[in-house]
Amino acid sequence: MFDNGLALSLVVILPLIGAGVVMAVPKANESAQKMTALVFTAAAFVLSVVLAIQFDYGDASAFQFGTDLDWIGAINSRYHIGLDGISLPLLVLSTFVTLLSVIYSWEHWPEPHNPKAFIILMLVLATGMNGTFVALDLILFFVFFEVVLLPMYFMIGIWGDRAETEIPVFKRVTEMRLYAAIKFFLFTLFGSAFMLLGFLGLYFRSGDAGGIRTFDMLALSELGRAGVFAGSFGMWVFAALFLGFAVKVPMFPFHTWLPDAHTAAPTVGSVLLAAILLKLGTYAFVRISLPILPEAAQRWAPTIGILAVIGIIYASLACLAQTDMKRLIAFSSVGHMGFVMLGIATLTDIGINAAIIGMVAHGVITGLLFFLAGSMSHRYHTREMARLGGNQQLMPIMGAILGFTAMASLGLPGLAGFWGEFMALLASFNPLEGLSTGLFRTLMVLGAVGTVLAAGYLLWMLQRVNFGEPKAEWEGHHFHDVDGYEMAAWAPMILAIIAIGVFPRLVFGSTNDAVVALVNAAFGG
Amino acid sequence: MIDYHAIAPEIILGLTVLAVLIVDLLPVPKYFTAVVGLLGLAATVVPLLTLGLCESLAFCTETGDRVMLGNSYVIDDFALVLKGLFLAATFVALLLSVGYIEDDRYWQGEFYFLMLASAFGAVVMASSRDLLTLFVGLELVTGPTFLMAGWRKGDPKSNEAALKYFVIGVLSAAILLFGMSLVYGVTGDLTFSGIRAVTAASTEPGTLLSIGVILTLLGFAFKVSAVPFHFWTPDTYEGAPIPVTAYLSVVSKTAGFVGLLSLCYLAFAELRDLWGPMLWILAALSMTVGNLIAVRQDDIVRLLGYSSIAQGGFILVPFGAAVAADLTGADLEQMFFATVAYLVIYAVMNLGAFAVVIAGANRIKSTAIADWAGTSTYAPVLAGLLALFFASLAGIPPIAGWFAKLAMFASVLGVDSGWATVLAVIAVINSVVAFYYYAKVIKSAWFDPVPAAIPAAELRDTDRRIAPSLKLALALTAVLVLVLGFYPEPVGLLSEVSSTFASGF
Repeated sequence: MFDNGLALSLVVILPLIGAGVVMAVPKANESAQKMTALVFTAAAFVLSVVLAIQFDYGDASAFQFGTDLDWIGAINSRYHIGLDGISLPLLVLSTFVTLLSVIYSWEHWPEPHNPKAFIILMLVLATGMNGTFVALDLILFFVFFEVVLLPMYFMIGIWGDRAETEIPVFKRVTEMRLYAAIKFFLFTLFGSAFMLLGFLGLYFRSGDAGGIRTFDMLALSELGRAGVFAGSFGMWVFAALFLGFAVKVPMFPFHTWLPDAHTAAPTVGSVLLAAILLKLGTYAFVRISLPILPEAAQRWAPTIGILAVIGIIYASLACLAQTDMKRLIAFSSVGHMGFVMLGIATLTDIGINAAIIGMVAHGVITGLLFFLAGSMSHRYHTREMARLGGNQQLMPIMGAILGFTAMASLGLPGLAGFWGEFMALLASFNPLEGLSTGLFRTLMVLGAVGTVLAAGYLLWMLQRVNFGEPKAEWEGHHFHDVDGYEMAAWAPMILAIIAIGVFPRLVFGSTNDAVVALVNAAFGG
Repeated sequence: MIDYHAIAPEIILGLTVLAVLIVDLLPVPKYFTAVVGLLGLAATVVPLLTLGLCESLAFCTETGDRVMLGNSYVIDDFALVLKGLFLAATFVALLLSVGYIEDDRYWQGEFYFLMLASAFGAVVMASSRDLLTLFVGLELVTGPTFLMAGWRKGDPKSNEAALKYFVIGVLSAAILLFGMSLVYGVTGDLTFSGIRAVTAASTEPGTLLSIGVILTLLGFAFKVSAVPFHFWTPDTYEGAPIPVTAYLSVVSKTAGFVGLLSLCYLAFAELRDLWGPMLWILAALSMTVGNLIAVRQDDIVRLLGYSSIAQGGFILVPFGAAVAADLTGADLEQMFFATVAYLVIYAVMNLGAFAVVIAGANRIKSTAIADWAGTSTYAPVLAGLLALFFASLAGIPPIAGWFAKLAMFASVLGVDSGWATVLAVIAVINSVVAFYYYAKVIKSAWFDPVPAAIPAAELRDTDRRIAPSLKLALALTAVLVLVLGFYPEPVGLLSEVSSTFASGF
């Protein structure tokens, strides 16, 4: 079961099967729909944990539990999947957050109700996310990468924020959800269409080296190492892939869809978007761009590093200007993903390790922040921080969790957020040989300023939301503090934040060997 | 001696056409005529399969391509695949028509007769290997559709549709015939193989031959409604009965592309310098103009009309790859394969989209996109299918359309030419733009509230059941777009067809 790829395929396909089952359940029978979703996401999570236990950490750079089957013969695209030390933590993160989202949703259905449709979309989304992390064939990767688009589009469009907003440039007033949904989709589609052109470019060039044309990432990495994709061809392909991945991450200046999408999306949509969807882009840089196009990566690295740091600073400043709590968290995502990209841009093993632990940490921490923001706006019916003050008195437990998560988010040592940021900065001090040390050390300093700003806006958010006296308008209101379903969804995340914070080997133990092997192979140590 | 096995599909279809006319005269319910037509179409599967799998069948002694009538009529794998596509698409189009035409109480028998006769022309075209047979086949496809487009006699729009279509159709036939006569005059041969031999022998095509080739291809550009020869399309599509529009946008359009394919890759194979740049321009224009106008549409049928112009542009893109200076046989195979693969997938998803529109229009009594708002609240299955087919047209994985787009991109990126890459970039930008208007319909059905003007009780009216034939059509196309989306290998197998067809280079 583990050797022939069945277990890994099941992790990917179980949610989709669950979606099919839910489709067959009558619309009125909501509890059966919820149970089905729970069973299938729990099964996928348990299976991914079993995989993590069975995983041979001594050989983390090799792809395990995989399979390689015929898929589309005409273009030599294969169903090739596998799990190595880099994808393992991300796969577990994905199944973990999906399961918690189902638990959280149990009693928290956004308007308009319709849990059946919501569950189906959530499960299809899970298949797309899990699949992206295990795909080892570019076309297979592309399909999974795109599968997430439609469900998220519908989630934002149907269950999103109905407040009216004026669309910039077009000067038309429309509902937030409609604008955010189409913007999200068009941005991502634009990027991924160019990404596909890049994939096809690699495919055709791979045949020129003498062998048959292939979409296989491992075979392409071999060719990339041999210098088949060097020169201006590699630069163009890297640019095409960069467009696709950078929109997804999102990197400055392609990030503008993200605050809108996050603010408009229903709580679970925001959580999945922040915790996992953004990682698809950064993961793709590590899995595809660096090993296949090492030479182009070295020439692009300074640009990526600069854009990453602009993203960090810009996002922090934007956070300081926000009045909407959810929008603030959304902008903070841009900043955190900037650290991830800075780590990747150094092209060192430390930097890429930092990027992966940064992804995992951001997934758990920002996921939790979005859960909190959603629960609070559900109770207060507003996300305006100016109106929220004194939350600590009205809802002590909620306030405490918010305080804890904000600390984790600003990178407090001992909690998960610390490692990614600290090590990304550390890696910038000594980037890969050949990259400009001066530039990266400047970036390091600017990034460090970014961490200070991050502390600033997060503490300011806490001050506005949690501290002080409750506003007069809430007088006489009774607020229900954290309920059981919320606790069940959040407690595992809190534990994960602490566990990764004090024991980062949970992630590094899996990633380090694989990352070192990747960097050695691509950049010769 | 006549190879009856080889032309068995044509014989069965021809007999079906006659049978429909006869049954129409008998004192039986009118829907019998449709049933006879459907059964006849289904029966053609048998000879198609025995011909296709000839090598592995005991009784089938004669393997390989079957050449008849002095190289004018050839049954090869390409012809079989396209015949299968035409017959299957007509089968679905007929399913769409049954309830619709029945409701209108207009001359059912004659309608089915005309549709089948038109399909017969398409089937002939797939095997045509000379200019005259191709022309006769094309006119047989087109002639009946002039009548079908004007089927709703009382509706001025339907009359306008038929008249415009007729006038433009005659014009394009004249241009086509003029071009063909020039080609014949210069080369002295009607068969594709003969024309090719003559053009291969001379280094430069003369002016007269060039004009002939260009006019011939322009005639087909009208048929596939490539910009700037598309003006008839939106009006005709909007005015004609919707099943006829579905038939026009799939079978009739595909027939036009079959003509282009066999002309470009067989007759004019040595004249790539002529048709490559010309079709490059037509492809770029069709995609861009079709998409930009589609964005502005607020009627769903008109939107699909412009969308089919844009999709036609995507189908033309692989032809445009011929601008590359030196093409290898593998490149040409890839280009040919991309067009055929796109045609197959386009047929499935476009018929599906029209099936949804017919089902919805029957219920909502309107084709304005604004009136479709909130469909998901009272007809979730219909709205789900709508999203499925429109997302497929937009090329979103994992629904079939993505593979068509992939094959199309691959065909232009595979050749070594800057112009081909430019066309790929134009196609990419267009496929993003296209999503915007497909999403407009999805948004209306899923995100918007039911319009206040429409009484909810009327929408929930259970008396307006979807006809069983329409349900069958929806189920068939929905299953196919999903299966082909997750497992495109069956379409991928067409690459073998392409390799035998394009191997002559």
